[in-house]
Parts: sequence; C-alpha cells; structure tokens
Amino acid sequence: MFRLEARTSTPGWFNLALPLLAIGATLVLCSGLIALAGAGVIEAYGVMFSASLGDSYAITETLVRATPMIFTGLAVAVAFRAKFWNIGAEGQLLAGAVASCAVGAIPMPGPLAMLLMALAGAAAGAAVALVPATLRVKFRVDDVVSSLLLNSVIFYGLMALIEGPWKDSFSGYPISPPIEDSANFPVLLEGTRLHLGVVAAFLAAPVIWFLIARTTLGFRIRVVGENPEAARYGGIHVERVLISTALLSGALAGLAGVGEVGGVHFQVMSDISPGYGYSGIVVAMLARLNPLGVVPAALFLAAVMTGAEAMSRATGVPAFLSDVIQGTALLAMLVALLFTAYRVRRVGAAR
Amino acid sequence: MPAPLIEMRGISKSFGAVMANEAVDLSVAPGEILGLLGENGAGKTTLMNVLFGAYAPDAGEILVQGRPATINSSADALAAGIGMVHQHFHLAPRLSVLENLLIGIPGKSGRIDRAGGRARLNEIGRQHGLTLDPDLPVSALSIGEQQRLEIVKALFRGARLLILDEPTAVLAPTEVDGLFSALRSMAAQGLGIIFISHKLNEVRALTHRCVVLRHGRVTGRVDAPASTTSSEMARLMCGHEIVPPARGPSTPGEAVLTLDGISTSRHSGMALRDVSLSVRAGEILGIAGVAGNGQRALAEVISGIRAPDAGRLTIAGKMVSRFSPREVQALGLGRIPEDRMTTGLVTNLPLADSMVLPRIGTDAFSRNGLLRPDAIRAFAEAQIKAYDIRCPGPMTRAGALSGGNLQKALLARELAFDPKVLIVSQPTRGLDIGAARFIHEKFLDMRARGCGIIVLGEDLEELLMLCDRIAVIYEGRIVGTLDSADATIARLGLMMTGAEGHS
Ligand SMILES: Nc1ncnc2c1ncn2[C@@H]1O[C@H](COP(=O)(O)OP(=O)(O)O)[C@@H](O)[C@H]1O
Ligand SMILES: [Mg+2]
Repeated sequence: MFRLEARTSTPGWFNLALPLLAIGATLVLCSGLIALAGAGVIEAYGVMFSASLGDSYAITETLVRATPMIFTGLAVAVAFRAKFWNIGAEGQLLAGAVASCAVGAIPMPGPLAMLLMALAGAAAGAAVALVPATLRVKFRVDDVVSSLLLNSVIFYGLMALIEGPWKDSFSGYPISPPIEDSANFPVLLEGTRLHLGVVAAFLAAPVIWFLIARTTLGFRIRVVGENPEAARYGGIHVERVLISTALLSGALAGLAGVGEVGGVHFQVMSDISPGYGYSGIVVAMLARLNPLGVVPAALFLAAVMTGAEAMSRATGVPAFLSDVIQGTALLAMLVALLFTAYRVRRVGAAR
Repeated sequence: MPAPLIEMRGISKSFGAVMANEAVDLSVAPGEILGLLGENGAGKTTLMNVLFGAYAPDAGEILVQGRPATINSSADALAAGIGMVHQHFHLAPRLSVLENLLIGIPGKSGRIDRAGGRARLNEIGRQHGLTLDPDLPVSALSIGEQQRLEIVKALFRGARLLILDEPTAVLAPTEVDGLFSALRSMAAQGLGIIFISHKLNEVRALTHRCVVLRHGRVTGRVDAPASTTSSEMARLMCGHEIVPPARGPSTPGEAVLTLDGISTSRHSGMALRDVSLSVRAGEILGIAGVAGNGQRALAEVISGIRAPDAGRLTIAGKMVSRFSPREVQALGLGRIPEDRMTTGLVTNLPLADSMVLPRIGTDAFSRNGLLRPDAIRAFAEAQIKAYDIRCPGPMTRAGALSGGNLQKALLARELAFDPKVLIVSQPTRGLDIGAARFIHEKFLDMRARGCGIIVLGEDLEELLMLCDRIAVIYEGRIVGTLDSADATIARLGLMMTGAEGHS
C-alpha cells in the first residue's frame, strides 16, 4: 500500500527535475496515440525532433514560435503570482495585434513606428486586462469567467473589423491592410524569420523576473497573491496591486500580438493566434510561475507545435496531436507539482 | 482498575534528526480521562498521530484491548475504536452537518441513510449536550460547533477512545465549560479520552491522570492532577520553575492613544457604540470581554482597517483622518493580531518577507522601488537571533514555524521600530508557558520604555497580571474600567455579562 505524506521541505533540484519529468511522462503517454494513429513512435518523434530542433533553420522557426508564448507565458505568470486569474491573454494578444497593426499602417520612420506599435499594443492589451480586474476589485466578479469570456468578445470584434470596415480592399480577403514596409521588424538572420521581437521576448523574461523578485511592486504582488488579508493589514493597497498586476499582465500579452504583427504576419487576420494566449497558461504552469522558467517552457511547446506539423505531414498523424501534447504536459505538470508538497511512502501491507 | 482500552509501549518516532517521541509508554482505561501535557514541540501530536495510524512508529507496539494491533491508517484506527479530533478540523465547509457526519459511511444497499444519521446525531447530542443543527452548512458553524461536530463524528463512527489535540486552544472560556461537561459525560459512559493541552488549570480540572512529555520523553506521570500543584506540573513540563513576571510600578505619561466616542456600523459582527478609551505612555490597558462583543471592530478601527461612523481616534497626539493601516503605522502604532496566520504572516513565503511586510516601502528595506535583499535578510537574521526564534533561517517558509515562534516573529517585527502604542489581541493563545512568559516579559519591557499597550483578551488571569487598568467591553460598549488593584476575576466576570461596573 502507498500513502502520501506531507513534506516539510522541498529539495531545490525538484524545480528542475519536475518539469523534465512531466515532459518525459507526456512523451511516453502520447506515444500511445501516435501508435493508434498507425505511425511508428520512434519515427514520428524523430520527425518532430528534426523539424523543430534538427538544423539551424528549424531552430529559428521554433524560436519564432516560442516568442508569443514567452510573452503570454510571462503575462500569465505575473497575473497568477498575484492570484489574478487572467485567462484572457488570448484576447489581450488580439487587442495588441489590432492596435499595433493600426499604428504600423501609418507612414512614419521605421524605428519610431516599431516603438509606437509596441506601446500601442501593450496599452491595448493592458486596457483589455483592466476590464476583468476592475470587475473583480469593484464588484467581486469572478476573474476567471470574465477574462475568459472577454476572449470571445474580442475575437468576434476583430472578425467584425476585418470582415467589415477594416477589410483589406486590395486583396479582398477578410484580413486587415498590411503595415508599412518600414515598420516590419528587422530580420536578424538572412533567410530566416528570426525577427527583433524574438530578442525582445528573451530580454523580457529576466526583466520580469527582476521585477517580481527584486522590486517593491513584485514583493507586493507576491504577498497579495499569497495572503491578501496580511497584505492589507501590512499597509498594502491590495486593489491597487491587483490593478497594476492586470495592467502589466495585459501589456505583456499585448506585446505577444505586436510581435506577431511586426515580425511574422505584418497584418491582422482571424487566425493570427492559434491559441497562444491559452498556451501561455500551460507555459506559465510548466515554468511554475517563474519568469525565467517561462523561456524553456515556451521553447518546449514551440518545438512540439512546429514538430507536430512536420510529423503530420510526414506520417499522417493528425496535427491535433500538438494540442493533445500540450494538454497532457499541463496535466502531467499538475500531477508532478503534487510531489513538491507530498512524498509517496510505502507502508506495511494492509491486513 | 479495568483492563486498558489501549496501551502504547516503548513508542519511538523520529523525523530526521529530531526525536519526536522516545520510548513512550501510555495507557488509557475505559471511563478514564488521560491528560497529555507538554510544551509546544514536546511530541504530543506526533504520539497521537502514531496511535491514529498517520505515522508508523520506528519502535514500539500498540495494544488494543490487550491484543497487539497494526494501525496503518485512520481507517484501521477507527476500526479499532480510536477516534481523533485534530488541532485543525477536517470538515467539508459547503456540506451540511449531517452530510459531513455521513461522509464515508456506506448505508444500506449503497444509499446514504439520512434518517438514521439524523436520529443518531440527535441521540448523541442529547446524551452529552453536543447539540447541532443537522441541516446547517459547516461554514455557518462557529469554531466551537465545528469541534462539537468532529467529536460527534468520532462517536458516530463507534470510537471507544477519543483523542482531542489541544481542543481548548481554539475555544472561548465559556465554550470550554461546555466541552468539559460533554467529555465528563462521555467518560461516565465508559469511553476513554486522551486530552492534550499545555494549560495546567484545565488539565487539573478535567483529567483523572496525566502523562507529561518533554523533548519526546515522558518526564512525569501524575496520578492525582487535581491535588498536584500547577508549579509542580510546570516543572515537569519545562524542566525548571516558571515564575510569573512581576509588574513593577510605573509612572504613566501622556495619552498615546485616545478613542473619543467611536461608533461603527454593523458591518460584520458586533458594532461599537460610543466607545471612549485612552492609553497613556508606559501603561498597559486590558480590554476584557467575551469574544464577539466588539473586540474585532475595535481592533479594526485602531489598526486603520475600518473607519468608524462617528468619533475620533488620536494616536500620539495626531488625529487619524484616513484610516489606513499605513497611516496609523506611520503615527507609531504596532499591532500583534490574534490570528497570526491570516492577518499577520504570509505562510507560503519566506519568514523574512513577513518580517518586513509592513515596512517594505520604507528606506530600511527598499530604495526607489527596488528591494534591498541584503538589508531584509540582515534584519530578519538579527531578529531571529534577538528573539531566539527557532527556525532554520530567514528563508524558511513562515508556515513551517510553530505558533510560539510565529508570535515571537510578529513581536520582533513590531517592536523593532519602537512603536508608541501597541495593540495586541489574545497575545498568548495557543502558546506554552515558556513562550507566554517570554511574550509577557517583552510587554512589560515595552511598558517600562514608555510604550502604551492595549491588550484585548479573554484570559482574565493574564489580564490581571499584565494590565494597569482593565476596561470591560460588552455588546460593543465599554461597561466600565477598573484599576487592576480593585479588579478581581469575579468582578470582571460579572461585568463581562453586561452588569454595570464603576469607573
Ligand atoms: N512531519 C514532521 N516532520 C518533521 N518534524 C516534525 C514533523 N512533525 C513534528 N515534527 C517535529 O517533532 C517534534 C514534536 O512535534 P509535535 O508532535 O507536533 O509536538 P506538540 O504536538 O507536542 O507540540 C517537533 O520538534 C516538531 O518540529
Ligand atoms: Mg501539537
């Protein structure tokens, strides 16, 4: 018989070992599905690996994929630290994309355009996140529900725009007009899609880590998340901290949209995000809400996504497997987290 | 003497390097109330968890009615007729009393036997004075009622031996009386009871026999607790005499905290009605009262959490205008809350974080919005040393500390900045004699240094020992204030029921 016993302390190496364990378990569990789909497991994972990490081009593609998820992962990690349950990174990303695209379409010098796109996108994301935060602070509306539902509102708002007044008159498709060429983010490596936004994402992670770990705002975010009552008695303005957190979180998610517009698509279309906002939740959980952990977690999911597409082309396994792997990784991580608080003990055989 | 219900022989259990129990022998006979006495960390809970099957002992054996038994889980324990009421209750707050009672009990043909449960609940309630409304959700019960439900649950599951781990730590004095009469009635019916406490007067009043633990070992067995002196038992428990600190004379100065006609709305709990009080520098003012008579509102107003509807609050000569915790703190108020874990500390973060929490925005711990991790750490380390807070270090999770050490940490955090006024609620609730003594000495120190202290409490002996004056609060009003020289427990007790006193 086995029993869970509460741990009094958690060894430090768990922080590294648990995500790896969760990823390992995910690959094992999903191999069953690949086999069911009639493909060789080794072969399928082989294709996944080579298409995502096998050569330098594949690696740059994975990096480009990871970029929006680093931003949304950071957005979710910051929010969840304060226990502001922001499930709305998807909508905030879309808002950021729309705002930055609108700004990028205005003719002006390139660097200025990029800067203003980033500001506009961050502001739009923050404005969207403000809605569930205000509803929670003022009216105690559940933030999970309001931020989640807002995603649909924004998505259909965006559809209405690109099907209607904002439709690209030149192509006639339901997509927005493109941004100015000068506003396209510079490509860092000739012949790849590795753009400036990728660097920005990799820089954002340590910045956010510093903010959480080393600033008074970060301290207040942590305390409010862990014990709002003690925070209030300690002189912390809890509502204000929640609002600040929401603004920061929304801005980060908005930047995810900016990167997609400025560096990848150069315009807005309905499928500009294949759920990067939701993937951000998986990323943040895999990272255990640590901003530095967000980068490797986003890289993992990005590799899975690029890899899964190639695998489905090569072996006929549906690309939906990518979603299954993401979901399984989240569940595996949640189970693995149990082991930080408990240990499994073998006890004497039951009578 | 009848054969023992259960017997523990040579039980040892260690956690890493800590010997929580070492060769402990203990037995309980039917109808007997056994006291298990010891300071915090003496190993009482561990020993009972071994008996209840939560931990496997490293050595020793357990006999149930004379036969060796293997108890590997709470299910085994219940099957052996052992029930336990833990320090922290295990109830489902959204379910009703009856549903909580029936959790895990298979009825006939897989259906839940509600009618039968209801009947048994009433019967047990009548027998021992443990009445409960079966249809109320547990979240609507007071702590005392939740405890009653835990006891009824154990009896319902057929316990012949009931273990209560520090049941009185969470109760008001009036509720303690009710618990004791229920326990006596159960013992009269032949149940065995193990009663854990570190309060000597309770153990002397209730138990037939007691076992004293210190550092995991049995340091004494008392066969007639009622006729053994408290100081003798304290010596067994602590290893040395405990002398209550003496409160010397003092010469109070100017008023440092004044409430003038404070009234609050009936926001949550009892409202305050026209409360006027003042504490002078170098004076300790007690506020005695049965819990729920406005103490909470009073503490909230003084802490700046809640603005009163009428009246004025003055701290160190300045009127409080905005009623925020930050404002009253800046005026020189320190605060030691009653519920350390909820409004005091952040259990999931490092202890150091809790110790700097109220002053994180000041230059001592941050500059221009950037934390000063070295200063924070150094401050926490210095306080840990100065107050002898037992923990592996400032980065330990605060929640891992024992109650006494948490209280010391809170005290250290508030006293480090020389408050002009200190408001404390139930300062030694749940603490053992040694820790309580330490806290009392610190208060008297602060008094000697000119700090004004307000102590809200129910423990009249403690208030009489600490305070220069004692005001009594009843239904949100101050019914009278006595000099502690004129105050007696009887007189205060009477005033606490609403009888007018003389100021
Ligand atoms: N699960 C545990 N892991 C490690 N140490 C423990 C654990 N439980 C208790 N201890 C240690 O064992 C000793 C006895 O604790 P406990 O039985 O809780 O004491 P008491 O109930 O008398 O206050 C203490 O030093 C405590 O820190
Ligand atoms: Mg205990």
